[in-house]
Amino acid sequence: MQQIVNFFIKNSYKLLFLLLLGTSIFFTIQNNSYHKSRTISSANYISGSVYEKIDEVNKYFDLKEVNQELVEENSNLKQLLYNKKDTTLTAPIDLPENLLQYKVIQAKVIKNSFDVYDNYLTLNAGIKDGIKEDMGVINSKGVVGIIDKTTNAYATVLSILNTKSRLNAKIKNTNHFGTLTWDAKNAGYVQLVDVPRLANLKKGDTIVTGGQSVIFPENIPIGRIDKAYIDKNTNYYTISVRLFNDMTNVGFVYIIDNTKKTELIELQNSYNEQ
Amino acid sequence: MNSSLLLNIFRFIVLIALQVLVFNNIKLFGYLDPFPYVLFIILYPVNSNRSLFLLMSFLLGLTLDMFGDTGGIHATACLILAYIRPSIFKFSFGLSYEYQTIKIAEKISYDRISFIVISVFIHHFLIYMLELLRFGLILDIFLRTLLNTIFTTIVCVLTIFLIKPNRR
Repeated sequence: MQQIVNFFIKNSYKLLFLLLLGTSIFFTIQNNSYHKSRTISSANYISGSVYEKIDEVNKYFDLKEVNQELVEENSNLKQLLYNKKDTTLTAPIDLPENLLQYKVIQAKVIKNSFDVYDNYLTLNAGIKDGIKEDMGVINSKGVVGIIDKTTNAYATVLSILNTKSRLNAKIKNTNHFGTLTWDAKNAGYVQLVDVPRLANLKKGDTIVTGGQSVIFPENIPIGRIDKAYIDKNTNYYTISVRLFNDMTNVGFVYIIDNTKKTELIELQNSYNEQ
Repeated sequence: MNSSLLLNIFRFIVLIALQVLVFNNIKLFGYLDPFPYVLFIILYPVNSNRSLFLLMSFLLGLTLDMFGDTGGIHATACLILAYIRPSIFKFSFGLSYEYQTIKIAEKISYDRISFIVISVFIHHFLIYMLELLRFGLILDIFLRTLLNTIFTTIVCVLTIFLIKPNRR
């Protein structure tokens, strides 16, 4: 017994090092697995409130651009409204709360990153605002990412500029689906892979979210086709997509809550079980 | 002794604040952020409690991981750098290292700069290695390590010059 105690006392420095090393490597590996088990994240109280304070100062500097964006979005919505037939005659439909499939929550980005391989954003809204994991995040120009971790007051977003991000996307007005990934090279471009060779596409076509996703509604804009080439090994298209969104400058975002999601997932899982 | 502990806690907080508020937003060439927070490990007094030093370095890295959503990359790199720091001392200051009396911030000389460069390089290499384990972008990572080592070293040396008490 004495010897064991002596051993621990003698090697306490090395043992402490190994213990801490084990802990930190554990955190590193945990971070690799897709978002179910992250312990250290910026959605906690300390970093969340620090980023919120920084943002309170920063937001005065881009008030002008934010206003500009809001005016643009308003004008687009007005255009939709005025071009609708008989706007005065159609009675406003008040859908009961439980029939609405998508609910929209708004939040502000308080921390953004776009220069590393795994980029995350932090939002100033969390569980208390009704945000849960795996909700879609968009802004007026297009898709931003998917909610990753939530705490009571804050949430982190797995950006589309993240090598772990996988989104279902398609070419607008067709039904050719692919998976949206990021190759970590340029913050303005993402890659759409696994689009079948049969797809008829050309430069400039619009890429939107696909209907297979349970996270996003169909037809939310993502970007335009910049380059497309056929992978020799797989015979599928790899498409470079220029994002509509400037991911280096994201302010206010909307979080989409698909209320039918659990129902859909249950239905899909029932096939897997058989 | 007590004042040196206080000084280090103060340095700990100031360096984290600077890193999060200023240096994480530099984005030189679009993707380079210097990590001058390693100054904490470089400038930590030589003849102090080693276990406390390990623990402080680990906490330093972990705090930055928390702010940057990077899992445990910074914590691992800081911890290993803190552990092998005595060896780098021996290497940089030669066999006759009487490092019980060395204070890095006192005077900038070649062996001191070599110490800073080696420490920063090891730290950055570990950080980018841990990212390499996840992705196969070898060339990109070596390029980032080299460029960022140069950048961080410049920032570190400038910072030391700035905070150095002028005795002459």
